[in-house]
Amino acid sequence: MSEPSLAIRKFSDLANPTRFLALVAIVWPWLAALTVCLFAVGLYLSFASVDDYQQGQTVRIMYVHVPAAWLSMMCYTVMALSALGTLVWRHPLADVSAKAAAPLGAGFTLVALITGSLWGKPMWGTWWVWDARLTSVFVLFLMYLGLIALNRAMDDPTRAAKASAILILVGFVNIPIIKFSVEWWNTLHQPASVMRMDGPTIDPAFLWPLLIMAVAFTMLFFTLHILAMRNEILRRRIAVLRRHAARSAGEAA
Amino acid sequence: MRLVAEGLSARRGEDLIFRDISFEIAGGEALIVTGANGSGKSTLLRVLAGLLAAEAGTARLLAAAQPVERLAEAAHYLGHRNAMKRELTVDENLTFWKAFLGDFAGGAGLSVDEAADRVGLGGIVHLPFGTLSAGQQRRMAMAKLLVAWRPVWILDEPTAALDVAAESMFAGLVTAHLSRGGIAIAATHQPLGLDGVRELRMTGFTGVAETVW
Amino acid sequence: MIALLARDLKLSMRAGGGALIGVLFFMTVVAVIPFGVGPDLNLLARIGPAILWIGALLASLLGLDRLFQAEREDGSLDLLLMQETPLVLTVFIKCLAHWLATGLPLVIASPLLGLFMNMDEVAIGATTLTLLVGTPAITFIGAAGAGIAVALPRGGLLVSILVLPLAIPVLIFGVSAVYAAIQDPAPFLPPFLILVALNLFFAVIGPVAAAAALRLSSD
Repeated sequence: MSEPSLAIRKFSDLANPTRFLALVAIVWPWLAALTVCLFAVGLYLSFASVDDYQQGQTVRIMYVHVPAAWLSMMCYTVMALSALGTLVWRHPLADVSAKAAAPLGAGFTLVALITGSLWGKPMWGTWWVWDARLTSVFVLFLMYLGLIALNRAMDDPTRAAKASAILILVGFVNIPIIKFSVEWWNTLHQPASVMRMDGPTIDPAFLWPLLIMAVAFTMLFFTLHILAMRNEILRRRIAVLRRHAARSAGEAA
Repeated sequence: MRLVAEGLSARRGEDLIFRDISFEIAGGEALIVTGANGSGKSTLLRVLAGLLAAEAGTARLLAAAQPVERLAEAAHYLGHRNAMKRELTVDENLTFWKAFLGDFAGGAGLSVDEAADRVGLGGIVHLPFGTLSAGQQRRMAMAKLLVAWRPVWILDEPTAALDVAAESMFAGLVTAHLSRGGIAIAATHQPLGLDGVRELRMTGFTGVAETVW
Repeated sequence: MIALLARDLKLSMRAGGGALIGVLFFMTVVAVIPFGVGPDLNLLARIGPAILWIGALLASLLGLDRLFQAEREDGSLDLLLMQETPLVLTVFIKCLAHWLATGLPLVIASPLLGLFMNMDEVAIGATTLTLLVGTPAITFIGAAGAGIAVALPRGGLLVSILVLPLAIPVLIFGVSAVYAAIQDPAPFLPPFLILVALNLFFAVIGPVAAAAALRLSSD
């Protein structure tokens, strides 16, 4: 093939998969090291910080729970941006990015749900309350699983990427509506009486570890994300090579 | 009216099915696309009908009775499937397509009964489409070409399920369409019995497109 | 466009009583609930609107996956895609026809089922009214799911999984409006108007998303 396919010329050189892989190879060890350092500092501070006068030791769950919840939303934003990349610029790396982010998002959301539940037991006396936040995070979790299921159901990765891109965007538009409606529903059915950790009332003693943990989680996400993207690219390369092998065997016969 | 295709390429997966196909057809002319199974005939027709994005190149209709952005808007597409509902009667099917498709500028479609007569099946339009035999179904799908006027006919294996008599009937339809100044592009294994048509031989699989991976 | 509407309506009347099956499913779901929660009429009256809404939500999803799949299987989708008519409009009309054939019968059946649930007149009226406004929204957002899953051989279940989380707001405001109508202090209009707004909003993004998905899925 002397003539490169037109599709290739359209993609800017900077973002072609080979360049991307080279970039990942350089970046990921640093990113991973940074993540480990941040976690070391963040975890140390989390455990060294004073107990809450009301919640005692259980307040430390917050240092995992809040960053995970924050990432569950950021991850969807990353996917929505990738979906735009897929639909508007038809960029194959955007496909890969969205696909790689979905399981991560589901994972972080699950962590947020589980830690929230663990936190809820001592605080509220029950594993689960239909609190507005919990409910909307749970719905988000369902949406992640739906997206993963959709991706799995389609054989052709390009078409799967386009289909899920549309769904991601529809979901993205809907998330504020879902959040709003769940809050409405919640105030109607049961007034929110639980103590909330958010708002500016938080003590700096808790804030610092929380911020560092949030950054650490974000770095963890990016590390995992680029590694997952790398794996996905390699997986597709293998698929291409396999088809080539099958074809050349067919020609030889 | 001219149909101009320039440098068309298409791929399925990473196989380049065809590359750099150019042709020009004027009104009243037909193009027969031939080639073995899997040589890309159907793919070419689907690209022309706008149902599949071309990897490169364009297909345009110039100097048509009304300017069109997409060739598809001025074209009939008769694919492998008949696009008729089994549950509805033939009459309901054709009436629907006649109303939904509407006529392109510069011509008028036949009435449903006339169209059924033309394909040799007048008088059974009241039957549900599902009760017709495969050959009759195919002929009724052809009647769809007649009920709404489109200058360009894109036909994918139009006579696959038909006997000899029906084939010559269909050749008559295409000839009549050409004499009205229309254009026909047909993919086929067997000769359609048309005179003086151009032929485009598809060879299939022109190489592996470089993938981005 | 009217031709398309008429054809889709005719099809749903003829193709194995599609509309009736939805209503039947709705009735069955609602009829099963008392066996689960017990025959306490007061309790049934209290949860009745919610049961009707959930039943209608599930019943509207039924058959939604066939909305475009049937067109794709017989090749009609190709022709719909080719036309000058904007695809969004075509999809909108198909949704409308689907709602008329499957959603509207649910709305009509709901007062009867409301009687089974020992609901009073106000509750029945409010439920019927909110269903009338809310079920189109489910169809529209469901069309997006149907468009996305059109190429999948077993898309039916997947469509429901994808669509249900998105339909939660409709359910919430539908049910809140009904309860607001029954219980005095809460005003009926705000949730009802939000439901109307949701309907209009989904009437836009549903067809747009479905049209985009259909364009991408053709091959």
